[in-house]
Amino acid sequence: MNTKYMNPYLAGFLLGLVLLATIFITGRGLGASGAIKSIVVATVDGVASKHAEDSHFYGAYVGPGKDNPMKSWLVFEIVGVLIGGFISGLASDRMRFVTEKGSRIQPKLRWLFAAIGGALFGIGAQFARGCTSGAALSGMAVLSTAGFITMVAIFGTGYAVAYFARRLWI
Amino acid sequence: MGPFVPELISDQLNLVVALVLGIAFGAVLEQAGFSSSRRLAGVFYGYDFTVLRVFFTATITAMSGVLLLGYFGLLDTEAIFVNPTWLVPAIVGGIVMGIGFVLGGYCPGTSVCAAAIGKIDAMFFIGGGILGVFAFGELFSLYGSFYDSTSLGSIKVFDSLGLSQGLFAFLLIAIAVGAFAVTTLIEKRVNRISAPSLEFKSWKHVAAGSGIFALGILFIILPDRKTHLINKVSDPKYVASHSVAVMDADELAFRIVDREPNIRIIDLRSPDLFASHSLPGAENIAVRDLFGKDWVPTFSRRHVKKVLVGNDEAQERTAYLLLQELGYENLAVLQGGSDTFDKTILSAGPFIPTGSRWDGDVKAFREKAREDILKLIAENKNKGAKEPKKAKKVQGGC
Repeated sequence: MNTKYMNPYLAGFLLGLVLLATIFITGRGLGASGAIKSIVVATVDGVASKHAEDSHFYGAYVGPGKDNPMKSWLVFEIVGVLIGGFISGLASDRMRFVTEKGSRIQPKLRWLFAAIGGALFGIGAQFARGCTSGAALSGMAVLSTAGFITMVAIFGTGYAVAYFARRLWI
Repeated sequence: MGPFVPELISDQLNLVVALVLGIAFGAVLEQAGFSSSRRLAGVFYGYDFTVLRVFFTATITAMSGVLLLGYFGLLDTEAIFVNPTWLVPAIVGGIVMGIGFVLGGYCPGTSVCAAAIGKIDAMFFIGGGILGVFAFGELFSLYGSFYDSTSLGSIKVFDSLGLSQGLFAFLLIAIAVGAFAVTTLIEKRVNRISAPSLEFKSWKHVAAGSGIFALGILFIILPDRKTHLINKVSDPKYVASHSVAVMDADELAFRIVDREPNIRIIDLRSPDLFASHSLPGAENIAVRDLFGKDWVPTFSRRHVKKVLVGNDEAQERTAYLLLQELGYENLAVLQGGSDTFDKTILSAGPFIPTGSRWDGDVKAFREKAREDILKLIAENKNKGAKEPKKAKKVQGGC
């Protein structure tokens, strides 16, 4: 970590303003897992469109009269996140290929657990209708009950299981 | 009045807006240090509470902004997307994500941001996420009914807890300020140093903490704008001291018979009464719904006279003063309310002479108007009475 990160309160304030602007302009919140879902739905639809249309899950997003699932608000937003992160990384000189991990494990193990964590997030975000951004953060900003429940469940579980995963991080 | 989607911003333009907001989102996440999984995971081990600080500050900022914009009438809080609650799936999903967070070290948004600056573990996380959603989709029939269970709609957390909105906002702010203080102490102990992320001098911390605390107290004091305005215009003293433009039944009847294009009849009665009988071309709007941005086009045309028709004149006067508070002009209340109009014009009751020399003309006019208006009402019914307009909701969610 060569360059210092922003003061967390200032960063939080700015993040809050970005979210507020999103709600004020578009009437909806920010998100992330929805874009991953769009990628999956579009891929399944591209490879086996009959299968996608028949499915209860994919069927809601594909079929006659529906836009391409990639033409969704969250896909464009997440492309923006990629660009924004890239610009910020360049500006603060943090661009490098590295694997972040605790000192006691090998990169390969870290990659495996990162992928498992990602998969769990992908599954959990479907049940909760959103992830930390779309369900918890955006939901809490508009005082949705689901937002608070999801936030408490994510962080509560995180603390409950952290002990068992400590080798990964400390 | 926000939000600007879908009226001012088209679906196409909204995608450009998404890209721009996404860039800002990604840049802030990266600057906050959310592109580092060790930092993110630190919140669970007490060595780095960045996540908690950023997350809580952002939540409070956005929530306060939504409340304040709503209070000043700049944002139609009824029109924004409120994430609906599926109670048990939300808990189960949160638990699964919590495990994923500790094992993976990212959440989906931060993983994209981290992958953008070359974090290899973040790329594996995204790949895992895609496989996870795919697995979920393929096995959907196993838990499809669970997925749709315990659906409670777009409920608000303060209602669920039985608190007022203002009190809940205050409590959330108080919890956040408390958490900021406590986690700073934990961080100092775990790292055995003064925490690296603390750059404010302590008096600044106290000032900032007191500042947002004051904001929280403000939320308790400020009633929400709707309640405030409705209370104001329902006060008999306020109503008595403000004059309103009155239109009598004969004038309204004349304008209807005349097919006057520049009047709009706003029916304030309940949807049931509206469905059973209503004046030709009338629109049914409840007093509480007058705030919504859906009705702005109806009320903001100045050359159109908006005639308010209610159960009685008092209800009409309340609505009149409310619309005036909201900045609308060219309004009128129907003298005596809907019943008076029915008695005077629509029912063939006996004519009560007033002793005026025009009595004969008035009587003749009312008979003619009755026939004509009843015909118009019947025609309207045959066309199928207009459904009461539903507020358009913005779509959202992941």
